[in-house]
Amino acid sequence: MIEAELARSATRWCPGATGVTGAAKLSGGASQETWRFDIEHPDGPIGAILRRSPKGYGAAPTRAAGLAAEAQLMQLAYEAGVPSPRVMHVLTPDEELGTGFIMQRVEGETIARKILRDDEYAAARPRLARQIGGVLAGLHKLPQDRLPELRSRGATQEIDEFERDYRSLNWPKPVFELALRWLRDHDPGPSAETTLVHGDFRNGNLIIGADGVRAVLDWELAHLGDPMEDLGWVCVNSWRFGEIDKPVGGFGSREELFAGYEAAGRKCDPARVKFWEVMGTLRWGIMCGGMMQRFREGPDHSMERAMIGRRASETEIDLLRLLAPRES
Amino acid sequence: MQDEPTPIELTTAVADFLRNDITPLISGHQAFKLRVAINILDLVTRQLTQQAGSDAREVERLRALLGVDGSVTDLNGVLAERIAKGEVDLATPGLADHLWATTMDKLAIDQPNYASYKRELSRGE
Repeated sequence: MIEAELARSATRWCPGATGVTGAAKLSGGASQETWRFDIEHPDGPIGAILRRSPKGYGAAPTRAAGLAAEAQLMQLAYEAGVPSPRVMHVLTPDEELGTGFIMQRVEGETIARKILRDDEYAAARPRLARQIGGVLAGLHKLPQDRLPELRSRGATQEIDEFERDYRSLNWPKPVFELALRWLRDHDPGPSAETTLVHGDFRNGNLIIGADGVRAVLDWELAHLGDPMEDLGWVCVNSWRFGEIDKPVGGFGSREELFAGYEAAGRKCDPARVKFWEVMGTLRWGIMCGGMMQRFREGPDHSMERAMIGRRASETEIDLLRLLAPRES
Repeated sequence: MQDEPTPIELTTAVADFLRNDITPLISGHQAFKLRVAINILDLVTRQLTQQAGSDAREVERLRALLGVDGSVTDLNGVLAERIAKGEVDLATPGLADHLWATTMDKLAIDQPNYASYKRELSRGE
């Protein structure tokens, strides 16, 4: 039972802690195990989250930053005032909990459909696109000399990598070929400035409350690169959940996103953002193909994975809308 | 010749049973998985109903576009290769129309509720 190990761990690093209750594995976060639990404490229970290395599979190892780096980035973000959970403890081998870290639980919602529809978030919604711009600006300003070691990826390398992933699926898709050609033809080259890039900044990885963004999660794809990548990825239609006329996560406009970003003292390059939006749409499509392959080859023979495989066609129509829009 | 009822009739019957009789009995994560299962059966039913027609139309367009013959799989491979080589692009007459028609037919089976699809459908083809 994981509670026993968690209790042994918490009583060592959390002064006053007497035990652990309510450990439960959370759904979501396909690539790493996430558990919620409460630390029993005389001052009242402390909500906590354990994130530890996967037992199944997740992001390709070449792309993942690693849990130690993730903990370090979240801590840096927290200290810089970027909404982020406070990291409480990094696991050590003798705790027998695997590798990973424990952070303070931030209350709020990650399920996009609820955030986009429930009354509770009605007041926050019109502000979110601009707020997200500010959060991304803060994230891109994190001091580079304090970052953990991260892979560095520019546009050209990303196209190469996605093309390799796509070809390895042996899954000829004319629309994806068209998108790859478009990306090659519009490759903006190295960005003038290289910053920390979150790499998976979108609906589902943001904890949102009635007051707006409370935490940015899932830093496992963080890397150094073109900051416009994060702005493009958050605009991918797959994260709008039906609100297709509000590009920024179904919340608002690109203009609001850019205004929030620039108000925090950073510059936007809309053409680069568009490039990364096309790249991101293709990226999600290829990831759907990866899901199909894993479903076939097992061991995760789940219906959910199978159905995500069938969502690649959503990215095909979105790519056509971006690259070959029809006359209205 | 196989006996009846047809696969379409069978998947429809199973989906209806799960939807109407089982859904009210199940909650939590199992209810989520049940919804996924029903969605799969509905998708399979749509594919069994529509695939023959959409594949035939796709092959016809591909033959006209590429000037070669083959199965729908082969012809898609040829088109993908020609786009990759730069021999065919959006300036090629008929390519955009073909990709749009093919993609709309796919979405009609995969995700007829996808917002982009509904928007494009409402343009009136």
